[in-house]
Amino acid sequence: MTQYILKRLLSGVVTIWFIATATFVAMHLVPGDPLSGDKAMSAEVRKNLELRYGLDKPVIHQYGIFLSNMLQGDFGISYTQKNRRVNDIIREHFPVSAILGVLALIIATVGGIVWGALTALYRDRWPDAVIMFFVVVAVSVPSFVFAMLGQLGILTLNKWLGASILPVAGWGSIGHMLVPALVLGLSTMAYLTRLMRSSMLEVTSADYIRTARAKGVSPFRIFYKHQLRNAILPVITVLGPSIAAITTGGFVVELVFAIPGLGRYFVQAVQQLDYTVIMGTTVFYGAFLVLMVLLVDILYGFVDPRIRVGKVSA
Amino acid sequence: MTTHLNTAAMNNLSPADFMPLEKERRADAIVRPSLSYWQDAWRRLRANRRALWSLYLIVGLLSFSYLLPLIVSFDATGQDLTQISQAPSTGRSSLIVDTTPWTGRFAKHGDDAADLRKATGLEIVGEPHTESVRLAWQPVEGAIGYNVFRHLLTPSGDTDLGLPLGQTELANQVSFEDRLKLQSVTYFYSIQPFNRSGELGDYATIEVTPRHATSIESAITRGLISLEQKSSAVGQEIELKRHVMGTDYLGRDILARLVYGGQTSLFIGIIAPLLFVFIGVVYGGVAGYMGGRVDEIMMRFADFVIALPFLLFMILFRVAMGIGPGESGVTPMLIALVALGWPTAARLVRGQVLQLREQPFVEAAQLMGANSHYLIWRHMLPNVMGVVLVSLTFSIPTAIFTEAFLSFIGMGVAPPTPSWGAMCNDGVKSFLSHPHELLFPAIFISLTVLAFNLLGDGLRDALDAKMKG
Amino acid sequence: MIIPCLLCALASQAAVTALDYDERRISYALRQEPPDLNTTSSTDAISGMILDHVMEGLLSYDPQGKLIAGVAERWELRDDGATFWLREDARWSDGTPVVAQDFVFAWRKVLEPATASTYGFILFPIRNARAVSEGELPSSALGVKAVDDRTLEVSFHQPCPYFLGLTAFRTLFPIKETFYHARNGRYGADAVDLLYNGPFVMTEWIHGASVAMVKNQHYWAKDRIWLNRIDIPYITEDTNARLNLYRDNKIALADELVAETLDGALQERMQVKTFLDGAMFYLEFNHRDDRISRNKNFRKAVQTIFNTDDLVYKVLGNPGTYPTYTFFPRWMQGVDDFFVREYPPQRPILNEEKARQYLETAKEELGLEQIPPIALLADDRPSTQKAAEYLQTLMQQKLGLEVRIDKQIFKQRLAKTQAGQFDVVITAWAADYNDLLSYGDLFQFANLNNRGRYNSSRYDELVTIAQSSLDVEKRMQSFAEMQQLLFEDVVIVPLYERGKIYVQHPRVKGVIRRAIGGDPNFNYVTIEPEQ
Repeated sequence: MTQYILKRLLSGVVTIWFIATATFVAMHLVPGDPLSGDKAMSAEVRKNLELRYGLDKPVIHQYGIFLSNMLQGDFGISYTQKNRRVNDIIREHFPVSAILGVLALIIATVGGIVWGALTALYRDRWPDAVIMFFVVVAVSVPSFVFAMLGQLGILTLNKWLGASILPVAGWGSIGHMLVPALVLGLSTMAYLTRLMRSSMLEVTSADYIRTARAKGVSPFRIFYKHQLRNAILPVITVLGPSIAAITTGGFVVELVFAIPGLGRYFVQAVQQLDYTVIMGTTVFYGAFLVLMVLLVDILYGFVDPRIRVGKVSA
Repeated sequence: MTTHLNTAAMNNLSPADFMPLEKERRADAIVRPSLSYWQDAWRRLRANRRALWSLYLIVGLLSFSYLLPLIVSFDATGQDLTQISQAPSTGRSSLIVDTTPWTGRFAKHGDDAADLRKATGLEIVGEPHTESVRLAWQPVEGAIGYNVFRHLLTPSGDTDLGLPLGQTELANQVSFEDRLKLQSVTYFYSIQPFNRSGELGDYATIEVTPRHATSIESAITRGLISLEQKSSAVGQEIELKRHVMGTDYLGRDILARLVYGGQTSLFIGIIAPLLFVFIGVVYGGVAGYMGGRVDEIMMRFADFVIALPFLLFMILFRVAMGIGPGESGVTPMLIALVALGWPTAARLVRGQVLQLREQPFVEAAQLMGANSHYLIWRHMLPNVMGVVLVSLTFSIPTAIFTEAFLSFIGMGVAPPTPSWGAMCNDGVKSFLSHPHELLFPAIFISLTVLAFNLLGDGLRDALDAKMKG
Repeated sequence: MIIPCLLCALASQAAVTALDYDERRISYALRQEPPDLNTTSSTDAISGMILDHVMEGLLSYDPQGKLIAGVAERWELRDDGATFWLREDARWSDGTPVVAQDFVFAWRKVLEPATASTYGFILFPIRNARAVSEGELPSSALGVKAVDDRTLEVSFHQPCPYFLGLTAFRTLFPIKETFYHARNGRYGADAVDLLYNGPFVMTEWIHGASVAMVKNQHYWAKDRIWLNRIDIPYITEDTNARLNLYRDNKIALADELVAETLDGALQERMQVKTFLDGAMFYLEFNHRDDRISRNKNFRKAVQTIFNTDDLVYKVLGNPGTYPTYTFFPRWMQGVDDFFVREYPPQRPILNEEKARQYLETAKEELGLEQIPPIALLADDRPSTQKAAEYLQTLMQQKLGLEVRIDKQIFKQRLAKTQAGQFDVVITAWAADYNDLLSYGDLFQFANLNNRGRYNSSRYDELVTIAQSSLDVEKRMQSFAEMQQLLFEDVVIVPLYERGKIYVQHPRVKGVIRRAIGGDPNFNYVTIEPEQ
C-alpha cells in the first residue's frame, strides 16, 4: 500500500510538471501583449516593465525561472492587480471556490444517492418517472440557463414574501451559497442519480440479496445493509472526476452570483492576458485535481477490499 | 423421463410404419434467420422506444440544420433595423415614412422668472410612428432647456419619469424628436424645464401610441419596394417579412440563425468527438496491442493530458490559437476539443484490447495461425466498436455543452457566424424583456443533448457494452 | 485554510441594505476588484473611483464639476509655472499634516523609471519631467520643489493651461514618504497599506469580494461630508446581477446597465439615469502604406454611407448615447459655451451613389480590379460587437465590400492595432484631463496612441499651438481646424458618444457622475428621510 501511494505521488509530481509546461507553452503562444494598456507606453516605460516581470530574458530562461519559482511555491506578481502576488490571489479566492464546490458536491452526492435509491425502489412506477424526468432535464440544460433561472427564482421568492430570505448575489453567509451550490451540483447530481439507479438495480438481482430474503431478513435491513452499501461503491469511483467537474466548472455560477471565486478570476485573467495569474491558477488547479484523484483512489482501496491496490487492473 | 404412449395409435400399426424414414437433408439448418452482432443490436435498439425517438430527434435536428436550408432559403445575416428584438409573430403591416430629421420648433424665452412654471401645451406634431415621434410645447419663462423622458407607465413623480431621452440641444428650442428604438406600444412622454442654476420645474406628460413604420431607405434595401416607387411609396402600407421565431438585437431572423447556428454547433459537437474518438481508437489500440514498454509510455502520456484541467485548457488553447479576420473560429475550437478529448477514448479502447487479448477465441485464432491483420480486423475492432460507439454518443453532449459554454463567456465562434451557444450569450442580456432570444437556442441545445444522451443509453443497452476503461 | 476564510467572510457579513438614513450609509456594487490603488502607477477607472473618495489632490471638484480648493487653499498659475499654498489643517489619516514634500515625493516617484508608470506622460509639462522618466536625469532634477512645508513651487517647460485640472487627478495625489517606505513595496496593496487624506478612509478590503469606506475624521472639510459610510459589498461584472441586487434593495445604485434590461426597470418604476462618460467611439483607418485604407477616396466612401443615427438609435438603442459627427465631446468647454456649439462640425451628406463613385475612384487610384476583403478589427465588448456586425452588413450592402470581422479580446486587439494589422478598427478614446487637447493630440504623428499612424504636418502644427498657447480663442480656433481636418481627410469616422445607463435609488441625492476622474463619486451624497 505504502509503495503504491509513493508511486502514485511520484507520478503525480511528474504530471504536475507536465501541466506546468503545457500551460507555459500555451501561454507563450497567445498572441498579444500582457503589458499593453489603453494608453500606449514609451519604450522606456516598457523596458522597465519587462525588467520587472522578467520578460526581457529569453523564453527558455523564463521557463527555468518559472519552474524554479514554482518549486518554491511562488507564482509571481499579477500583471493587472499590480500589488498582489498570485499566491495571495489563490489563497484568498480558492477557498471560496472550494467551499462552494464542497457544498455542491455534498448536495450532488446526497441528492444523487437518495434520488437514485428512490428510483430503484419505485422502479417503473410514478416516482421513478418523475425523478428520471428531472434527471433528464438537469443533464440537458446548459448550466448558465440554470444559473439565470436560479437568480430569478430567488428574486421572485423575495418579492413574493416581501423580505430578503435569500440573497440574490454576493458571498458571506450560508444563504449566499445555497442556490449557487445547487446550480453547480445539479448536473453531477443527475449523473449520480442515474449511476445509483442502475447500480441499485444490478445489486437487487444479486445472489446475496436473494439469500438474505430467503433467510427472512426484514426488507428495510436488506435495503440498508446490503443494497445501499453495495450500490454506493460505483458512486465513489466517479467522485474524483466529479470534483474536477465541479471545481473548474464554477465560472458561470461565480460570475452570475458575484462570488469571489478563483474560476471567475481565471476568466478575467485570460481576458486581460494576465500571464502570471493564468499560469498560477492552471498549475494550482491541475495539482489540486491530481491530488483529488489520488485521494479518491486510495479511499476506494479502503472502502472496497476486493480492489487490491498496488496491482492496478487494466 | 416419462414417455406417453398413445394406445390408440399403437393398435393401428401398418407395415409402412416400419419403413426407414427418409434421410433428413438439412438436419443442422437453423430455422430462425442468423443475426450478426450489429443486426442484433439494431433489433434491440429498435425495441427501445426512447432510444428510437431520440434517434428520430437527432435525424430531425440534423435535417433542420443541413437539409432545410437546401429547400427553403434562409437569411441569417440580413438586418432589419425596423424590427429589432421582435417577439415571435406572424406578419405585420407597416407604414412607409420619410425619415428626414426634423428641424424642430423654436420660441423666445423670457429669462426673468423667479420660479420655473410647469411646461404647458405639450403636443405631438405630425403622425407618431416607430421611426420618429415629434414633441413640441410652449416655452417656459426662465428655462434654458428641457429634459425629455419616455415611460411605459403613467409617471408617478419626479423620480419616476422613465427613460431620460436627452435634453433640448439648441437655445430656445421647444421641441424634441424621439427616434430611440421605438416600438408600437403606449408611451408616456414627459418634459421638464430647467434653468441656469440647474433647478427643475414641474413636468408635463402626454400619452402616445406610435404606429409601426419603416423608413423608405430601409424598405428599398430590404427589397420591400423598388427604387422606382421611391417617390410614391411614402404613406403606403406594406406587409413586412414574417419572423416565426422573432428577431434578435439586429433584427435578424432567429429561425434562420438557429438553422445556421445548428450547423456550427452540431458540426463542432459531432465532428470533434468523431475525430478524437478515431485518434483514441488508433492510439489506444496500438498501445493495447503492442503492450509492454510502448504501452506504458503511451498511456503515461495520455494520463498527462487527462490531468489537464479541461475547461481551463479549452479557454487557453482557444485564446492561444487566435482567430484571424473573417474566420469563424470553428477550427481552433475543434483542435482544442480534439487535443484534450482523445485520451479518454484511448484509455477506454486500450482497456478493451487488453481484455480481448486474453480471451479464448483470440488465443484460439492465434493458435490457428491468424496473422495480426486478421486478428485486428476480425476480432479486435468489431468487439471494440460497441464501446467506442457508445462513448462517441456520450461525448457529443459534452462537446456541444463546451461549445455553448465557451461561446457564452465570449470565447466561442467569431461573429457573425451564428452558433446556439453564441445566441444564448446574446440572448441572456435581454432575457427579462425578450425571453425568446435566449429560450429558442437554449431549447435547441437541450434537445440535442437530450437526444444524444438517450441514444447513448439505448446503444449501451443494445450493444451490452460494459463501459470499463 | 478554509476555516479562517469562512470566518472572515461571515464576520464581514452585516445585513447591509441599499441605504440607511439613520446611519448615513449607502451600498454600491463595483464592476471589478480595484486593480491598483498605488497612485503612482494606477490607471484604471475602478481604482480611480476608490481613490477619489479616500484621497485628495491640491485641487478638487465641487458637485457641479468645477475646480475648487483641495489641499491647496490658494494657487497661482503662470506661463512658466505655478505656486500652491497648502492649507494648515490638511491632515493624513494618522493625524500628521499633509506637507508640500509629500507632493514632491509622489511626483518624483511617478516619473522614476523603476516605477514604470504609464501615466507619467501626464506630468510632462513640468520641467525636466520627460528626461527624468527616460532616466537621463535623476528625479531630484524635476521642476517641482517644496519651498517650505506649505508652499509648493512648480516650473513648466512650456505653458500648461490645463495644469490646475491635472492637480485633481490621482497621479498627482500626495504620498507620505516615510509611510511609503515603511510598507516595504506593498504600498496600496491592502486597506492598511495606504495612508489617506481624502473625505473617507478605507477600513476594509476583502479582495474580489468587498470594500468599505468610512468618513475620515481627520479630513479638513469633514463637515461638508454628510455620509458616514460607503459599503461596497459586491463585486460583479454581470450587469444582470447588479440590476438584480438593486431590485432586491441591496445596492443604491446599479451601474452600467444595458439597454435590453430597461423595459423591466421601467415596469418596476426604477429611476433610470444616464451620463456621458467621455468615451468617443470611432472607426479608425489604417493609414500605413501597405493598406487599402490609406486611400482617401476609399475612406470617403465609408464616410458617405455611415449613418450615426441608425447605429445609435436602432442598433445600440441606449438612451444617453449620442450620435456624433466629431471627435470632441459635446460637454467640453469652448470659449464661452460648449465647443461643439461654437464650432459645429461638418456633417457628411449620405449618398450611396456618391459613395460608390468614391469607391470606383479608389479602385482606379489603387490600380485594383476589386477591393480585397477588408479586415475590421474589434474587441469583444457587446456594444462593439453590435457595431461591428452592423458595419459589416452596411458596407456589404451599400458598397459591395467584403468585410471580415476580426474579433479579439481587448489586449490582443490593442496589440494588433499597435502592430497595424487591420484596415479599419472600432476603437474609443476617453479624456485624461479636462481639456480638448486630451482628444486633439491623439492624431499627432508623434503620439504613441496614434495607432492608425495618420501623418499630417498641418495637424501636428495645430496640436503644437494648442499645447503651448494660453490664448483661449486661438486654441479653440486650432481645435476647430483639427476637427475640420479629421473630417476632410477622413482620418476617422466618428461612431457615437457613449452614455452610461444606471438606476439610482430615488432617496439618494448628490451622486456625481463624470467623465474625468473617479466615477461615480459619493463625496457629496445625502439621503432623504423616508416619507
